[in-house]
Amino acid sequence: MSPTITTSSEANGNVSAATARAAAKAAVVAEQTGPQPITLAKALNTAMADAMHADPSVLVFGEDVGMLGGVFRITDGLTKTFGKDRCFDTPLAESGIVGMAVGMAMNGMRPVIEMQFDAFAYPAFEQIVSHVAKMHNRTKGTVKLPMVIRVPYAGGIGGVEHHCDSSEAYYAHTAGLKVFTPATVADGYRMLREAIDSDDPVMFMEPKKLYWSKDQVDLDALRAEHAENTARGTSSEGRAAVARPGTDATLIAYGPSVPTALAAAAAAAEEGRSLEVIDVRSIVPFDDETVCASVRKTGRAVVIAEAHGFASVASEIVARVQERCFHHLAAPIRRVTGFDVPYPAPKLEHYYLPGVDRILDAVDDLQWED
Amino acid sequence: MTISAEAPEDAASEAVRKFGITVEDYMLPARHQIQMVGPDGTLNPHTEQGTQPGHEYALPGDEELLAAYEQLVVGRRVNDQNSALVRQGRMAVYPSSHGQEACQVAAALCLSDGDWMFPTYRDSVAVMARGVDPVQTMTLFRGDWHGGYDPAKHKVGIQCTPLTTQLLHGVGVAHAAKLRGEDTVVLAMCGDGATSEGDFHEALNFAAVFHLPVVFFVQNNQYAISVPLAHQSVAPSLAHKAVGYGMAGERVDGNDMVALLAVLGRAVRLAREGSGPLLVEAHTYRMQAHTNADDATRYRQDSEVAQWVAKDPLSRMETYLTDRGLLDDERAAGIAEKAEAVATQLREGLSEEVPVEPQDLFKYVFSTPTPQLKEQSALLADELSREEAAK
Repeated sequence: MSPTITTSSEANGNVSAATARAAAKAAVVAEQTGPQPITLAKALNTAMADAMHADPSVLVFGEDVGMLGGVFRITDGLTKTFGKDRCFDTPLAESGIVGMAVGMAMNGMRPVIEMQFDAFAYPAFEQIVSHVAKMHNRTKGTVKLPMVIRVPYAGGIGGVEHHCDSSEAYYAHTAGLKVFTPATVADGYRMLREAIDSDDPVMFMEPKKLYWSKDQVDLDALRAEHAENTARGTSSEGRAAVARPGTDATLIAYGPSVPTALAAAAAAAEEGRSLEVIDVRSIVPFDDETVCASVRKTGRAVVIAEAHGFASVASEIVARVQERCFHHLAAPIRRVTGFDVPYPAPKLEHYYLPGVDRILDAVDDLQWED
Repeated sequence: MTISAEAPEDAASEAVRKFGITVEDYMLPARHQIQMVGPDGTLNPHTEQGTQPGHEYALPGDEELLAAYEQLVVGRRVNDQNSALVRQGRMAVYPSSHGQEACQVAAALCLSDGDWMFPTYRDSVAVMARGVDPVQTMTLFRGDWHGGYDPAKHKVGIQCTPLTTQLLHGVGVAHAAKLRGEDTVVLAMCGDGATSEGDFHEALNFAAVFHLPVVFFVQNNQYAISVPLAHQSVAPSLAHKAVGYGMAGERVDGNDMVALLAVLGRAVRLAREGSGPLLVEAHTYRMQAHTNADDATRYRQDSEVAQWVAKDPLSRMETYLTDRGLLDDERAAGIAEKAEAVATQLREGLSEEVPVEPQDLFKYVFSTPTPQLKEQSALLADELSREEAAK
């Protein structure tokens, strides 16, 4: 793995084809060290490029992921860098993409496949539920499926119907699938590398509204962290993170709802209320320990998610916390989720999405006077 | 290597050059199904074998025919033994391939050791003919786990119940092998009803677009449980579907062991040589009900079944080999003995009480159990230890 790789397009080595200015710019970027403003899209792209450099069995395929670089450009430059055998377009058929990935994983490859949008993954549902999730169990572990299914998910981008679903509950409900969802740029890199390293299949849920959000991130430090973890056999997999410490109540969120929860916590702080924000990160496996430690400390909790609330991941979190923290609770746990309606049209989505005010209203309801 | 590279001269262009036919002629199945040995056990004259330019088949060698006959006898015995075990309550269910044994045997014998087979739930005889232990093969139906053999060790996919989903797994195995420059061929199997499934279409199209060495083998046994073929498809034949994907299709008499070996053998050879995928439809008949839970008299006439008794693959092959002087009583007795040994193995293996391990429920969901599974495993262990203590 070359330490100078910063993005696939800069790392493709095809400097002769580029202008002298672009080459000079790439060199400058390559030499820059320390935190840089980087988007989630770039972090994900870099994670795939680094994994492909590290392991020739890592392949990327899906719809439009080749020369176009994906409709969200997450696979930008991978075909150019690694060739058409390692990053390629498939016919337009999601069950085919997932089913073929199963066979490739059975035969020594580590496919990282893209479902173009959340709702476009539904044709692949049978492959995911009946085979991706069950092959390891059915064969008593003799067949492992080290594959990652990347799903751009959730709304907030003014998308048309079938482009904004929060589909994580379908996968979380299915035994045998890991379900990860990053909420920060650094986690985008860190968690995608861990998903690709995983010998079990991972549903990698990418909050599409955060693709272009930037954080100050040191990619070289993340690479070093990944190398160190690999050497030690450790990882951040299955662990929630305290995104903002606090003492009065806990906001539990994941993926696209984490920035909203952080904004709510910032607003609450101005009103003198200290809210702790937990970023779930990994829905499966779920980190009961970190979540419950926070709720036992604060005694109050609100779970925030974009998906419909009924029979949802948010409902599961409420149930788990209630079972484990009942005697520490000063108030019933509240949920702030999407309404139980089909994902709305662009002009209506702001009514649907959990926002800062709705979160703060729920916090206000946590029986502070008792 | 580049996966999209054209083969130097594939079978299609060779046929076009040699016979002056069009690529479409080559891809379309021959006008009649390929049949080398008729129901009465006599070899058809070459002109009546159904072949035409671009669709020519050589008669398999004597040793190959005898090996196939042995497997055919074993396969029939396995089907009958397993059905008996279901009636005796030793097995929950068995989808019998009685009547389809020639397809089962040919599917296994056409492959080399490095090749892969992707079977369905009705293909137990093919799985055993491929070399998987008979009792391990039947574990799926015995009920102590969802699978009994290691797919990677035998290069045999799990016996798949969701229809045609396994075809795509076969496509993926072939794709991975091709990327590594290996000469693996994949035989991906399904039935006539399954050709209505979306994954059938996706698998054939993916295999064709990526030019992969996959032979799709459709056993058209006329029924999808109770629904006859006419309700699944009005295509001229299932083999005709191949041309829509840009691959060659062929129809073969699925009760003619000789023709099956010839047609599947050629398909596997062409796929290995880089022709891309092929589709072979075998015309056969499910002589028994879908499973023991099904009642075939509700949807088909005895007279129809009787017609197919006359086309039985086993007696046909027996007559043919005997007439050719390849099979005598002594050899037949030796083969019957081998078949009986497998039946005994099945009876003993499936009558054995295999203890199940409740903790296995949690062991294989992931490579490493999640904290939640560990909790649930402890819960069950506690429950069981209290039950034990109360005894």
